[in-house]
Amino acid sequence: MSDTVLFALEAGLNGLTVGIMYSLVALGFVLIFKASGIFNFAQGVMALFAALTLVGFQTGQVPFSHLINAIFGAHVSDFGFTMPAFLAIILTVVVMVLLALLIERLVLKHLVNQEPIILFMATIGLAYFLEGLGDIMWGAEVKRLDVGIPQGMSSWVDETTYNLFGYGFYIDTLSLWALLIAAVLVTGLVVFSQYTKQGRALRAVADDHQAALSVGISLRFIWVLTWSIAGIVALVAGIMWGSKSGVQFSLSLIALKALPVLILGGFTSIPGAIVGGLLIGVGEKLFDFFMQPVIGGATENWFAYMLALVFLLFRPQGLFGERIIERV
Amino acid sequence: MKMMKIAALLAASAVAAPVAAQDLHFPMLNYRTGPYAPGGIPFADGYQDYLTLINERDGGIGGLPIRTTECETAYNTERGVECYESVRGDNPLVIQPLSTGITYQLIPRVTADGIPLHTMGYGRTSAMEGETFPWVFNYPANYWDGASVAINHLLAQNDGSLDGKKIVLVYHNSAYGREPIRTLEILSERLGFEFLPIAVDHPGQEQGSQWLQIRRERPDYVLMWGWGVMNAVAIQEAANIRFPMDHFIGIWWSGSENDVLPVGAGADGYTALTFHGVGTDYPVYSDIQEYVVGRGLAAGAGDQIGSAVYSRGLYAAMLAVEAARTAQELAGHAQITPAEMRAGMEALSISEERLTELGLPGFSAPFDVSCQNHGGSGAAMLQQWDADTQSWSLISDWIEADRELIGELAAEDASVFAQENNITPGCL
Amino acid sequence: MLYREAGDFKTSYASDNQTFPIRFDRAAYWVAIAAAFLVVPMVLGDYWANSIVIPFLIYVIAALGLNILIGYTGLLSLGTAAFMAVGAYATFKLTTAFPGMPIYIVFLLSGLVTSAVGVLFGLPSLKIKGFYLAVATLAAQFFLIWLFTRVEWFYNYSPTGQISMPERSMFGVIITGASASSTAVYFTCLIFTVAMAWLARNLTRGTMGRTWMAIRDMDIAAEIIGVNPLIAKLSSFAVSSFFVGVAGALTFGVYLGAAEAGEAFSINKSFLVLFMVIIGGLGSILGSFLGAAFLVVLPVLLKLMLVDGFGWPADLARHLEVMIIGALIIVVLIVEPHGMAALWRTIKEKLRLWPFPH
Repeated sequence: MSDTVLFALEAGLNGLTVGIMYSLVALGFVLIFKASGIFNFAQGVMALFAALTLVGFQTGQVPFSHLINAIFGAHVSDFGFTMPAFLAIILTVVVMVLLALLIERLVLKHLVNQEPIILFMATIGLAYFLEGLGDIMWGAEVKRLDVGIPQGMSSWVDETTYNLFGYGFYIDTLSLWALLIAAVLVTGLVVFSQYTKQGRALRAVADDHQAALSVGISLRFIWVLTWSIAGIVALVAGIMWGSKSGVQFSLSLIALKALPVLILGGFTSIPGAIVGGLLIGVGEKLFDFFMQPVIGGATENWFAYMLALVFLLFRPQGLFGERIIERV
Repeated sequence: MKMMKIAALLAASAVAAPVAAQDLHFPMLNYRTGPYAPGGIPFADGYQDYLTLINERDGGIGGLPIRTTECETAYNTERGVECYESVRGDNPLVIQPLSTGITYQLIPRVTADGIPLHTMGYGRTSAMEGETFPWVFNYPANYWDGASVAINHLLAQNDGSLDGKKIVLVYHNSAYGREPIRTLEILSERLGFEFLPIAVDHPGQEQGSQWLQIRRERPDYVLMWGWGVMNAVAIQEAANIRFPMDHFIGIWWSGSENDVLPVGAGADGYTALTFHGVGTDYPVYSDIQEYVVGRGLAAGAGDQIGSAVYSRGLYAAMLAVEAARTAQELAGHAQITPAEMRAGMEALSISEERLTELGLPGFSAPFDVSCQNHGGSGAAMLQQWDADTQSWSLISDWIEADRELIGELAAEDASVFAQENNITPGCL
Repeated sequence: MLYREAGDFKTSYASDNQTFPIRFDRAAYWVAIAAAFLVVPMVLGDYWANSIVIPFLIYVIAALGLNILIGYTGLLSLGTAAFMAVGAYATFKLTTAFPGMPIYIVFLLSGLVTSAVGVLFGLPSLKIKGFYLAVATLAAQFFLIWLFTRVEWFYNYSPTGQISMPERSMFGVIITGASASSTAVYFTCLIFTVAMAWLARNLTRGTMGRTWMAIRDMDIAAEIIGVNPLIAKLSSFAVSSFFVGVAGALTFGVYLGAAEAGEAFSINKSFLVLFMVIIGGLGSILGSFLGAAFLVVLPVLLKLMLVDGFGWPADLARHLEVMIIGALIIVVLIVEPHGMAALWRTIKEKLRLWPFPH
């Protein structure tokens, strides 16, 4: 095979693995949109908040230490213990569930039956709030996140491809893990929504709020449930992206990478989020590979959106979205 | 109710404005929040701690205490304007905007208002032409110096010839990241190395295709002009593709603990440029421990002391204090005005003896500022990261930049600016 | 007592159709205009002018533009900042290419350039709706910013990649550049804001506004009764972008004086303007003013209160400020989802009856 084909293949494969990372973020959006029709802009900040909390637990930081020091003139910073990753993850999940509960109590309950754009704005307000809260609680420094997921070039892929093609492909081990984790996550979600009582209730609500209410499903419980699940998905996304770059403010910006995935895949489809992520990942890597010499690099930010836009012109509801039926 | 509050605050701010002028006002336009907070916090701490030290140990400069005010910009240009407006009536001796974007907005404003602006290692490179930019200083080094120093370092490593080598520049796709490209292009023509710029879009969380390309191209060296999260991700990716870390050189804004710590052991051996010493092996740090930390006056959380960007903040404060001292000598009185401060900055001379007196031997390359040259020496060193001890160490001596070339480029840009803005270059 | 309709009889269609049918409103409007033109410049200090009033006036224009798109036509856009950037770069290119052109004309032409770009990016709206369209406008946001960073022609091949506004004057008064007095800048912004608000008000209650609102309320139904969705949607994009473009031109020309696309016109600015529109009130001219005032003044007030008032560290105050703004947005949405303008309408209804509620 010629070099160009090999290189393009390598770029494409990397695109697939990056795409899965995008899908992890997009999944959270889909879950909430499906269950409550809310376009949750705070998903990215939730990932940041979850990752910050996880690191905070792991390293035994005192939450709000900066605030405490400023008010009481104290000098507290950490408890002086470290926690195993496993325990810290469980505690973080508890925090995310509590957060979901609070969001439902303080925000969503009061906004029932509002227009989608109002709910969307409320989640932007929520994003701001969480952003400030995360910083005040855990500080704004860069934090290293390590829960034991290996990183670096996968030697196995390198050697196998070298033996096959005479050129070793580069794949990050972290993204192979992301693949595995995404598979587990999606399977888990499918099993949950198909085979448990709560899962079925969730699907009923997604189908028709009013009908679900009339058969005795508690809408508020379902909302807490979806936001909790979205919080857990955010934690997973936060761990994967945080392992890559450290935990810092920019982590919240990954939401922007998930949006084109959403429009491509459709707002209401979990398989759509996965396929959309893969398409965007491969598309942007290949576009960069072929167009970089012509128009220069750094096209990734807009290319994903352009791809989604062009796609929408042919299929306005996304790849797997529910067909839009309009009546007068 | 709201109106009453506004009125009350208006009244409060009106009362607060005229301050008794028996102090030296050093405003700080910090960014301890927002996307770049990890870089802004240590700088702010270093700057403030040094000024606190001068107050506590020496009782201020020339007998007058230093007054600092802090304004949070969050690295946002509009907040930067707000901050500038809020301090400008209060006799600010020198403004350090800590952001290239804010710098560009402030250059015409400070020139009109007569307030010195010091952009240390960032900002507008051609501001080194003091005759066109009388109120703007960017000593001791700028981005073009950085590019030239990096190439000079590589020249020295390769016995004076880079012919046939391939050098990649990974840069933040913004005005800042594009700064070194022209210098490097010219140098590549002169020295015969192949130069390949690769852009990374903001914020730089995902750099897969860039590093795949680097892996395919197999460059001999990689330079980086990165910022924020982009640095850590780039170092991580470089470690992933097993690029030799000591062939990877970052600019000074890509050389802080925040950039290497998240990567862990993989970052070992990464090098970055610096125009000041690093680490705590300087006598001044014992004074800081005694007078600042010991008295509970440390800025921020107090956990940044000795980090690379903290040292930069400390260095900026030291230069500001030295300039104020020079200004007091020139003016013959202690209560200096911003205009007198400007004269002091222009007459600033940093010598090896003075640095030793200050407890900072070898911390900075010696340089003199003049009316023509607001850009200092342009020399820089290389620092290398040791992941085991989690510390930077200096691995080179001062490396000079090709000031002839950079002077030429800067003069060209400055003359365009002078033409656009009807400035007749000359000394004040 | 104050707010009476009784006795305010209309004797012609013209007076029945006027913008402010109630006498008190009319009076308030003229008082506000007079105060803005005569009193404010006398008392305005540099700090208040440059950090609050001027950005407020500029943001009003941007919010009016976005309100036309979202509030009147129902097309959600998240690309506002990019269109502001188009206005800014158009101003830079025009004024450096034709230094003699009067600066007000340059600002207006920049608006027209933005208008053309807006129509181009508005084309997908014919097919795409709702959040899908919102995300599609993000394509404009990222692509335009990339273009302005990438193509050197836009910043006149300057090695710095920044655009800086040269000094320009009109009728002998310096309008742009650092030596412009804040009074001149204030008047420039005020004139544009008042003119644009007048334009927006009259466009939205005329035929064009009605077709927009028909499309907003239900586009299929509107199409059936004879509204051309192509013309309605694209005209809405054109007018909206014109407003936003002028706001961008003013932001660069008189407020910031220098800009870099990625920094000054990032997506955060798009969200900020969107907040103003929603908090102020969708489909309301007054709402654009209220929303802009709320979001420009609030951060400064919070800063004054927390930092100067309580003496808290600046960074802590800033974190709290972000939290408070986030929380306030949620509170406003809960209390009055239709924005501050709707709140004002409610107050007005009460005032009309006061002090005899029955």
